[in-house]
Amino acid sequence: MIVKPFEQVVTEHGPMVLRVCRAVLGPADAEDAWSETFLAALKAYPELPADANVQAWLVTIAHRKAVDVTRAQARGPIPVEEVPDRPGGAAAWNGDLWDALARLPDKQRIAVAYHYLAGLPYREIAEITGGTVEAARRAAADGVKSLRAVYPLEGAHS
Amino acid sequence: MTDMFQFFGNEILLDSSVMHERLVADAARQGLLDVAYHTVDTPLGPLLLAATEQGLVKVAFDRQDHDAVLAELAAAISPRILRAPARLDPVARQLEEYFTGRRQAFDVPLDLRLARGFRRAVLDHLAEIAYGRTESYAQVAAAAGSPKAVRAVGTACALNPVPVVLPCHRVVRSDGSYGQYAGGPEAKRALLTLEAA
Repeated sequence: MIVKPFEQVVTEHGPMVLRVCRAVLGPADAEDAWSETFLAALKAYPELPADANVQAWLVTIAHRKAVDVTRAQARGPIPVEEVPDRPGGAAAWNGDLWDALARLPDKQRIAVAYHYLAGLPYREIAEITGGTVEAARRAAADGVKSLRAVYPLEGAHS
Repeated sequence: MTDMFQFFGNEILLDSSVMHERLVADAARQGLLDVAYHTVDTPLGPLLLAATEQGLVKVAFDRQDHDAVLAELAAAISPRILRAPARLDPVARQLEEYFTGRRQAFDVPLDLRLARGFRRAVLDHLAEIAYGRTESYAQVAAAAGSPKAVRAVGTACALNPVPVVLPCHRVVRSDGSYGQYAGGPEAKRALLTLEAA
């Protein structure tokens, strides 16, 4: 039986889910997807097995919400102009990196988000996206390669 | 690698309180907010207040460990628990009035599902002990229908799910000494002193 109050799940995993929503959908739709993800999770929470991987469970729900949003809008690339563009070192660098992430092909962006932002192993990612483990690994590697090509100066922010 | 990705977390939670409020509002609207809780500061220290859709279900003192209490509520009632102050606003306001001497009785719906049988009978009687008065454990036992169950009254008071609001602090020993209290003997003394003023 689950005895962890849901508030604790929100506290522990809320930031991760928001990063994932933002990475997959872009800043404009991230907060809506976050709300819908946690509302759906709250509804299903009492039936969640005690030994379930909560992180993977939340990303699975977020993924379905993201697919819904994408289908509903049937739109093109994520509107990068909505990335907050504040002056200053880290913030601007950060915004640029979001921008680069947004330009990745869907599969790469999703694999990068779920592996590097949500911390899921490729096996879990393959289950969520319906591909093979190797495909997920390759998509993440290709995505990171593109990001690195844009930002070779990793660490220069500090 | 970690360096590059930690920046995706920066400054992204600026609106987290707004997002949390929206989650709470959506959950309440859809009937998914099984237990709402809030913590208020009082002269007795922080009090945890928790309410179901039926009413106030739990009041807990700091020494009772609020995280442990929430875990108990999750197991006993539902894990659909969120920090949601709005549902607790009426009782929070009345507690403030009580602690500042402007209120003598609480008027909020109660959910006493955590107490059954004799314990419930004791709680029902507690509501009838007026502000500023006290009764002995033996008197309460008699009033609750089991004159010999004096020790059980002590247990029922110790396990009162909504202390302060249902005044188990008004139940004292026959010799006039205060006896035990979930909030600690000092809290019981403070409440009885407040009500004697």
